[in-house]
Amino acid sequence: MYKIILAFRYLLRRRITYLAVLAVALCVFAVVVVMTVMTGLLRDFKAINHSWVGDCVVSTDTLVGFPYYREFVKILEERDFVGSVSPVIRSYGILTEPSGWNTSVEVMGIDPVKHSRTTGFAKTLYYHKDWPADAFKPDYDANLPGCVLGIDKVSARDQRGKYSHYSSIPRYSFTITCFPLTAGGALAKAGLGLVNTRRFYYSDDSHSGLAKVDGAFIYLPFADAQALCGMNGPSPRASAIHIKFKAGVNLQTGRNRVAKLWEDFLTGRGGGKQANLLSKVRVETWKDYRREVIAAVEKEQIMMMAAFGMIGIITVFIVFVVFYMVVSHKSKDIGILKSIGISNRDVIELFLGFAFLVAVCGSAIGTAGGVLFLEKINRIESWLYDHYGFQLWNRAIYAIDEIPNKIQFDIIAVIIVSAIAVCLVGALIPAWQAARLKPVETLQVNQL
Amino acid sequence: MSKDNFILKAEGICKSYRMGQAEVQVLKGVDLAVKEGDFIAVIGASGSGKSTLLHILGALDTPDTGIVRFDGRDLSRQSARGLNRFRNKMVGFVFQFYHLLDELNVLENVFLPAMADKSVIGWLVSRRRVKNRAADLLAQLGLSERANHKPYQLSGGERQRVAIGRALMNEPRVLLADEPTGNLDSETGNGILKIFEELNKAGQTIMMVTHDERIARKAKRIITLADGKISD
Ligand SMILES: Nc1ncnc2c1ncn2[C@@H]1O[C@H](COP(=O)(O)OP(=O)(O)OP(=O)(O)O)[C@@H](O)[C@H]1O
Ligand SMILES: [Mg+2]
Repeated sequence: MYKIILAFRYLLRRRITYLAVLAVALCVFAVVVVMTVMTGLLRDFKAINHSWVGDCVVSTDTLVGFPYYREFVKILEERDFVGSVSPVIRSYGILTEPSGWNTSVEVMGIDPVKHSRTTGFAKTLYYHKDWPADAFKPDYDANLPGCVLGIDKVSARDQRGKYSHYSSIPRYSFTITCFPLTAGGALAKAGLGLVNTRRFYYSDDSHSGLAKVDGAFIYLPFADAQALCGMNGPSPRASAIHIKFKAGVNLQTGRNRVAKLWEDFLTGRGGGKQANLLSKVRVETWKDYRREVIAAVEKEQIMMMAAFGMIGIITVFIVFVVFYMVVSHKSKDIGILKSIGISNRDVIELFLGFAFLVAVCGSAIGTAGGVLFLEKINRIESWLYDHYGFQLWNRAIYAIDEIPNKIQFDIIAVIIVSAIAVCLVGALIPAWQAARLKPVETLQVNQL
Repeated sequence: MSKDNFILKAEGICKSYRMGQAEVQVLKGVDLAVKEGDFIAVIGASGSGKSTLLHILGALDTPDTGIVRFDGRDLSRQSARGLNRFRNKMVGFVFQFYHLLDELNVLENVFLPAMADKSVIGWLVSRRRVKNRAADLLAQLGLSERANHKPYQLSGGERQRVAIGRALMNEPRVLLADEPTGNLDSETGNGILKIFEELNKAGQTIMMVTHDERIARKAKRIITLADGKISD
């Protein structure tokens, strides 16, 4: 009982304990803010990758693609765990403007309705957000062949991360040139000028939030892309099949079921024409499909965590120093307590209780401050930008809109528990040392 | 062993301190017995080892050789727990420099020893009784109005009386006092001594260290410590 009372009194009556509380609060504040922002960035990044890919992908790396995709799409569509399916053409091409200026592009051929059902494609559009079926119909003339451009191909991001758009879509056309390949991988039009070229009209743009995608991709109608790449013909080919599972289907089980279907499909097609192309096909979840890009961001987060682990170590040290000083100040008290028969364990418990109070107060203040700061972080950043031109992430470079600031209670709980543990560890050594002293030793020191 | 009514008995107590190379022999075989109802004054020159002896008797320090017996039981054979119980229940210590806890008020300082072995529930159950006992003690010591003051608001004599109250809180068998008047003017010191005399009259066993012969004369028995030994 006296332990509780004394621990509280120490907390309230020693100015140095306010410093300890402040030190803990500052560290908790910093870690809460950084962890929230960093995990938020990672979560958002994963979410937009998921949205761009769908749940699962059956795909091949080769530019030739794989045949019999229509049969497999049909098999998938008959399964009860599959929500929707979208076959896709992927290739590379050259975009040439009327002026003659050109640039390389990644071509993606899709059925806008199927693809919007399977992925978040519709949401990335600007003019046809609510009606993706018309994504490839230019508003100025629905009969012209349309094409959706990655937004960075048509518009530059300003420093606030905003793209400017015309109220109605401007008429703008260009040609797309692709290299059609045979099933064997040879140039299909060898001797005939080698390439397929078609003119397309700008019908919309796509802002997926993935910098590399928005800067390099153009989306064409499935059949046009297939023809440009030479994948049509008697045994048409596709590059990938994107799949969305029904709600409630576990990602990994879904993938495994698709993989099983694909295996069965393969054995059924074993001896067929171009069957060798089927063996190169992989079935992956969106996480595995985008593993390389996600891993880079994850690594960044781990580095941040390590950096803040250092702060954690410094916190331990600060708390340790503070408690060392408090205990030195209080060594006479320890002598007194022991002279009236209080055990070593109780002395340690008293100081650990005191440390616990410091930790709880510090964490509470730090967390409250952190949550408040996060709530206002975007407003603070835009204010800083307005008045001083300072910006944490230059939006012209980083593909984020706002600094992620969603409070995650599990993270905060982990931070608070660690802060308390750190304080207890920081207090344990001086408390243990103080408890070991003989009562006379501490009393005598103070008599001098 | 001892069928006589000795409470505390010291047999051949030796204690030395290392000071760098040199070893200082402070106590060189002290024999001493404290009887129920005794009022003993230990006198001796400064540095003769009076405090050291008192600390050893109160189990705040350990002798190099020799035995301290309490009710016939060897203190050095007690467990840590037994020693804590001994310090808490059997002896009450009064220090020359009061040694009160600055964060607690006067009343809390007095009943602190009663809280030592109590859990939260145990405390809630006995709180009223303990507080009444502490208040009675303060009344006895003339400090009733000071119960809610902090130690730094008190004079030296008042602080020493609080320390006496704390020492008496658990009704110890022996009261050990190390120069209880050493820091006080003679009048205040006399007040403290009067309290001791009254306590002794009521049956309290007291052992008091002083280097002032006049104060020592108030005791029933005087022991002189010189050259590390008792010389009657
Ligand atoms: N922890 C210690 N380390 C070294 N020497 C010590 C220690 N404690 C006491 N001494 C020495 O032991 C001797 C006796 O000390 P003690 O405090 O018992 O004397 P005292 O008789 O109480 O003196 P005073 O009347 O001044 O209080 C002194 O010479 C002191 O310097
Ligand atoms: Mg002394």
